[in-house]
Amino acid sequence: MSIFINHETRVLVQGLTGREGRFHSEQMIAYGTQVVGGVTPGKGGTTELGVPMFDTVGQARAATGADASIIFVPPAGAADAILEAIDAGMPLVICITEGVPTQDMVRVYEVLRHTETRLIGPNCPGVITPGGCKMGIMPGHIFKPGIVGMVSRSGTLTYELAKNLSDRALGQSTVVGIGGDPIIGTAFIDVMKAFENDPATEICVLAGEIGGSDEETAAAYIKTMTKPVIGFISGRTAPPGKRMGHAGAIVSGNKGTAQAKVDALEAAGVKVAATTDEVGELVEKTLREKGRLPAAAAR
Amino acid sequence: MKIHEFQAKQVLARHGVPIPRGRVAATPDECAAVAAELGGGLCVVKAQVHVGGRGKAGGVKLAKTPDEARQMGAQILGMDIKGLTVHKVLVEEGIAIDKEIYLGMILDRDSKRIVVMVSAEGGMDIEEVAEHSPEKIARCTINPALGLTDYQVRHLCFGAGLPKDKVKEIAVFLKALYQAITQSDATLAEINPLVITKDGTLIAADAKMDIDENALYRQKELALLQESEENDPIEEEARRRGLTYVHLDGDIGIIGNGAGLVMTSLDVVAREGGKAANFLDIGGGAKAEVVRNALEVVLLEPKVKGVVINIFGGITRCDEVAKGVIDAAGKLDIKVPVVVRLEGTSVEEGKKLLAESGLNLVPAGSMREAAAKVVELAYAGGR
Repeated sequence: MSIFINHETRVLVQGLTGREGRFHSEQMIAYGTQVVGGVTPGKGGTTELGVPMFDTVGQARAATGADASIIFVPPAGAADAILEAIDAGMPLVICITEGVPTQDMVRVYEVLRHTETRLIGPNCPGVITPGGCKMGIMPGHIFKPGIVGMVSRSGTLTYELAKNLSDRALGQSTVVGIGGDPIIGTAFIDVMKAFENDPATEICVLAGEIGGSDEETAAAYIKTMTKPVIGFISGRTAPPGKRMGHAGAIVSGNKGTAQAKVDALEAAGVKVAATTDEVGELVEKTLREKGRLPAAAAR
Repeated sequence: MKIHEFQAKQVLARHGVPIPRGRVAATPDECAAVAAELGGGLCVVKAQVHVGGRGKAGGVKLAKTPDEARQMGAQILGMDIKGLTVHKVLVEEGIAIDKEIYLGMILDRDSKRIVVMVSAEGGMDIEEVAEHSPEKIARCTINPALGLTDYQVRHLCFGAGLPKDKVKEIAVFLKALYQAITQSDATLAEINPLVITKDGTLIAADAKMDIDENALYRQKELALLQESEENDPIEEEARRRGLTYVHLDGDIGIIGNGAGLVMTSLDVVAREGGKAANFLDIGGGAKAEVVRNALEVVLLEPKVKGVVINIFGGITRCDEVAKGVIDAAGKLDIKVPVVVRLEGTSVEEGKKLLAESGLNLVPAGSMREAAAKVVELAYAGGR
């Protein structure tokens, strides 16, 4: 088991013929992801990378039975692409695009909140269920199948943490990058709820960063969880008022500080690691204490 | 992206908001000339800098004559406010204030909507009001499909205890402010204070707007107003080169790929006892040229005593990064230690290139090791 995606997920790529879309579609197919179609307006009826192309998401979903869509459409068209996928009834939509105007996301969210669609992103690396399905831009080989569920607002930091876990023979059930923008479709709390209900996940890692209060909101739920959670917060030394790369990574006044997030998580019983290496150490230690350390990791 | 008060007022004026007569000036003589244009009576000279608290810092002064406006201009121009130099002032006609009101809208991450706030305590820092007397702020969120509705305007104005006979007029300001924030892709728009003058008219005495950088591609006019937030020459240069760079006040240069990883690199360097000179994210899939540019920009800060390059290759290839570092190191006369940590895609090729370059580049196996090494080497000659 896993959350959101698995080996049966039938994936549609919106913007498959763009530079990024093509490169990452090839990579996803090579990983074993079932890419069943692509959407590029005007390319309907052709074939790219061995998969059928469609003009609209509605047509593509009807013809292929796709149940998840990944978006590589440039920023100016990304919000519209998300709305099209929602309108087609796509259960899962992952938007990789960075640079979507925030007010476009305000309108998208207003529609999204009245539907059953789960949107992940934008400005995210995607989701991977190691060994089953990769819907994203992450290098697949650093992830290993296992029992750690991980969620993060950042891309490369996720890779750093995943490699650290994989090197310790601590594989992952699913790894979710929720994105670094101020307005995103799926919050930490949504992913934590899914991990709590996923039989394959035995321990969770939450990697947050400065800005907003998503980590604090998740902390309130984590308090009620049965599974242990290890935390990590980046931007502890970032000065207030400076946007640190991600559109959402900014301490405004006294809001969104790393310390407030660390405090909230610790109050919820989360062990918060001070460095990336310590995340792996804490996962290992916690599993050992519970007698749940995988045999490969115990060596 | 912050814009200046006079620029925000121009945006609001286009949406029908009355603003005081006035003009921006860059020299004391120009201040006198604007004051004379305004009739030669009472005027106010206001520093135009991207920071709050100008009044308290002495950046806002009254002048009774054009000559006084010249003197005030001379005092304020060139002044340092919270580390920023004043290059421009706004000279405006004086207003006879009866009441001051706060109107503000902000893109709120929690509700994922625009939040409107109204308070009868205008002219003050709204964050202070929010902290000490939150009951004095009326607020609501706007459904983007409906826009700001009439009942919400009533809820806000009566809720904040604004003068009942002015509610209809204030409604016009609120609707204009909503038009301005949505049509300009702003993340914040404030009129603070909205002044009720002694003769009962309403006017926006001060205004503030922040624009969403992601939307600048469709806000071409506003995009032209972009300045580095602190008129920082290195930040300007980085922006020209298309790099995400934030200037900080330490002495260890930091380059990495991905915002989260760079932020973490800053933290790890701090844990090892160093202080970051900057945040620089080369982004995903960077080619050698980007890396070379990054290294050049980081070294523009003369305080830099060492540089750490921390790359986790996903889309970014470590061999491309290595080529960029070698290229830059060959071209520039780098006098400080450069520690390079590579991991991920094409890492072996990258490490090989660095080792064979014959350049004085220090390899590191992990982020922690890289941070420890750069701190040790950078401060070897003292701090």
